[in-house]
Amino acid sequence: MRLHAPSRRELLLGSGTLFAWMHIPKLARAEGRDPRFLTIILRGALDGLATVAPVGDPDWLTLRGENALTLDGKTPASKLDDFFALNPAMPNLHAMFAAKEAIVVHASATPYRDRSHFDGQDLLESGLPQPGVSESGWLNRALAGLTPAGRVDPRGSRVFAVGPVTPLVVRGPAPVLSWSPQRVMPASEDTVQRLLALYRDRDAKLASVLEDNSKLAPGTVQPGTMQRPGAAGPGQVRAYFSEAAGTAAKFLAQPDGPRVGALALDGWDTHFNEGIAQGRLSQLLGALDEALSAIKTNMGPAWRETVVALATEFGRTARINGTDGTDHGTATVALLVGGALKGGRVIADWPGLKPAALYQDRDLKPTTDLRAVLKGVLRDHLRADEKALALSVFPGSEAVKPMAGLVASA
Amino acid sequence: MTTSGGLSSGKAAAALGLHRFGFGPRADTIETIAADPRGALLADLERPNAGQLQAPNLMSSAEAAREVFEFRAERRAEQKLATRQQKQAAMSGEAEAASQMTKLPGADGGAPAQKVPLPQQIILSEAKARFDLAGSAEIGLVERLVWFWSNHFCISADKDAAMVGAYEREAIRPHVLGRFADLLQAVESHPEMLLYLDNVLSMGADSVAGINRDKGLNENLARETLELHTLGVRGGYSQADVTNFAKVLTGWTWLQPGEPVHGGEFIFMKRLHEPGDQFVLGKSYADSGVDQGRAVLRDLARHPATAQHIAEKLARHFVADEPPPALVHKLAKVFLDSDGNLRQVARTLVTAEESWAAPRQKLKPPAEWIAGVIRLTGAQDEIPIGRIMNAQMALGAPLWRPPAPNGYPDNEAAWIDGIARRIDIAAEFAGRAARADPLESLENGLGPLASAQTRETVARAESRGQALTLLAMAPEFLRR
Repeated sequence: MRLHAPSRRELLLGSGTLFAWMHIPKLARAEGRDPRFLTIILRGALDGLATVAPVGDPDWLTLRGENALTLDGKTPASKLDDFFALNPAMPNLHAMFAAKEAIVVHASATPYRDRSHFDGQDLLESGLPQPGVSESGWLNRALAGLTPAGRVDPRGSRVFAVGPVTPLVVRGPAPVLSWSPQRVMPASEDTVQRLLALYRDRDAKLASVLEDNSKLAPGTVQPGTMQRPGAAGPGQVRAYFSEAAGTAAKFLAQPDGPRVGALALDGWDTHFNEGIAQGRLSQLLGALDEALSAIKTNMGPAWRETVVALATEFGRTARINGTDGTDHGTATVALLVGGALKGGRVIADWPGLKPAALYQDRDLKPTTDLRAVLKGVLRDHLRADEKALALSVFPGSEAVKPMAGLVASA
Repeated sequence: MTTSGGLSSGKAAAALGLHRFGFGPRADTIETIAADPRGALLADLERPNAGQLQAPNLMSSAEAAREVFEFRAERRAEQKLATRQQKQAAMSGEAEAASQMTKLPGADGGAPAQKVPLPQQIILSEAKARFDLAGSAEIGLVERLVWFWSNHFCISADKDAAMVGAYEREAIRPHVLGRFADLLQAVESHPEMLLYLDNVLSMGADSVAGINRDKGLNENLARETLELHTLGVRGGYSQADVTNFAKVLTGWTWLQPGEPVHGGEFIFMKRLHEPGDQFVLGKSYADSGVDQGRAVLRDLARHPATAQHIAEKLARHFVADEPPPALVHKLAKVFLDSDGNLRQVARTLVTAEESWAAPRQKLKPPAEWIAGVIRLTGAQDEIPIGRIMNAQMALGAPLWRPPAPNGYPDNEAAWIDGIARRIDIAAEFAGRAARADPLESLENGLGPLASAQTRETVARAESRGQALTLLAMAPEFLRR
């Protein structure tokens, strides 16, 4: 029994659940193509500067100090071009970039300019220009605008079902089915840490039990090294990300499988002990990297017709905060991977890192609208109608032109 | 009248009342009952059919016992037939034929191995109906009482899975607001209890069947009735009382479920009954067949030790691990004065000043906490009953499967080590939940009970899912 009718604010994407559209886009089909498109929402706000570091920016070292990824040092970042380098935890993404199968769009952001996760995620998924009531998401509205060339797999309901919860990004008029990994991901270390902090303040007994369970003492916690029975250690996160993403790819790869899907991989809110080169973020990025690799492997020959778009609600502060982490920020990276891309490029209208160049003297300034990236992919890969993209998929985005040239076939 | 917050009404009292006496708030229940929280709890006790579970699709215990008996018999026959045909095929050298599954005549074409076995189907339906009530109840006080009595008079699906759910509906629910004496009679004569505590095996050594089979007493039911269900372990009974009461109860059994019409029903079988009068607790009970046992139960129900035992357990469950003695005294007195009127006892429980003044220290037991989380997330429809049952199992409290006849423990020490596991379950349910703004959930679920630190922790979460997880795991939500 529901308490009241669900509103857009109630919708929440189950981490690791794949939502998919069981049709083939007709226009792309008519061109002899059979495109696959997967959207991965990274909830929690990914630190774009720690993922793809502007090592060529003269202010980079000043900004992040010893937390700045560089091309030398103990864990050197992997060079992407003369200016940017990739977090060393992502060798598979680096190889895709070298093979022209990956694009980084840096200093990008949704139109959202506040710093609430919940509103930011709503806006990322709804595709609206500001937080507001929406009953549907941009991906679904894009699908609704595509003429389907028939349902792909009449037996799809064997594995895909109407999801108990439809996340906002795929909610709307187009019918969407879902599949969840059997494995349940245990609560993250980050969640445990937050609870520990609360318990230490409020309930000594609960704190001591949780500490005992976690086999750690106050003040000695090294996030990323903590283990607790049943907790999501780095290995489990890797396994879960890979299973979710890899299975999604298996479905999309099948000749009679779905062609368009969405899933979420959570856990990017790195307020303290971020562990950019070694530690928590490094492990998460490593897990994501393996997930991308699993997608490529499982896509098989369909990989060359694939685009995967990875987006997060906003970025993090440009500077490191007082607890070796970063707080909620603004611009970040969007990642595109897939064999259908004209890849091997970092696309950025780089705003610079001098204090005056930062957004509110705090965050990386957004210079590219994430909607331009998504509109470019939807138009050129799936053949979504450009007018519909401006009016109904991303309402009020007429001024944000689809980014051209992302996809090789376009 | 004052409470811990110095309030007898208002949102703080409403939230406290909902957590302590119900399954926790839903959407706007704090607001709804804030004007008169005690009145709302009292009204819950007066609802028509309070405690009843209306579910026409569920079988009676006897029907379930017969159906499961038939199901098992058919399965055995199928297996036997398959083995027989494999042997035949092997003898005639036809390997191919040996690999073909053979169906019973008249069986449909479906592969039985892939279907959910009937006993499990029954439990799932029963569990769903039960959990739906907890999730949808406005307050849930009467449901909490059902769960309390179900644990007090526990049985186990490990012994018999077919009737566990029906047992609760038939023996517990009709009497949770009635007389304790009637509850006791219904429970101790229910086939599920007779099976669970082995009374179906017991027979008087001097009964006809006992003499013929050279068999005798099984004291299990008699002992646990005295020790756990009524007087309590220090209730002043002796081994002789146990033995004699066991003799009294011989013949209380069930009709084998293979019997097509009344199989699975309670029956008093004189052939098993120890003849003669019996002394129990200093009183002689004439051999009046089944009425001999009924008479002992009547006296046990109104025994002062029973009143004390029940009062302590109720106060411990609802209020505190170390319940206020004044509250226990009040409850025991009402129990005795009203001849075990459980509605009056419940009224006293929810109006006594001590019930409200106790600090919110009681750790919610696993299943109650799960129900509270689901009410908090509003995700009842989104979470399959199988996941809820798995969660109860993961927390060490599988539904209707306590490890021993004393039921699940009711104190913090027993459950607090499971806190780390609760985080995973909270995260799973939060992830499956479609739910409003976490800050709205916080207002709805805790309201004024939320500390500043909890508010801040929830507000700073990295996602709605994490926010809900943290809220469900906040000390104010874990404790009541």
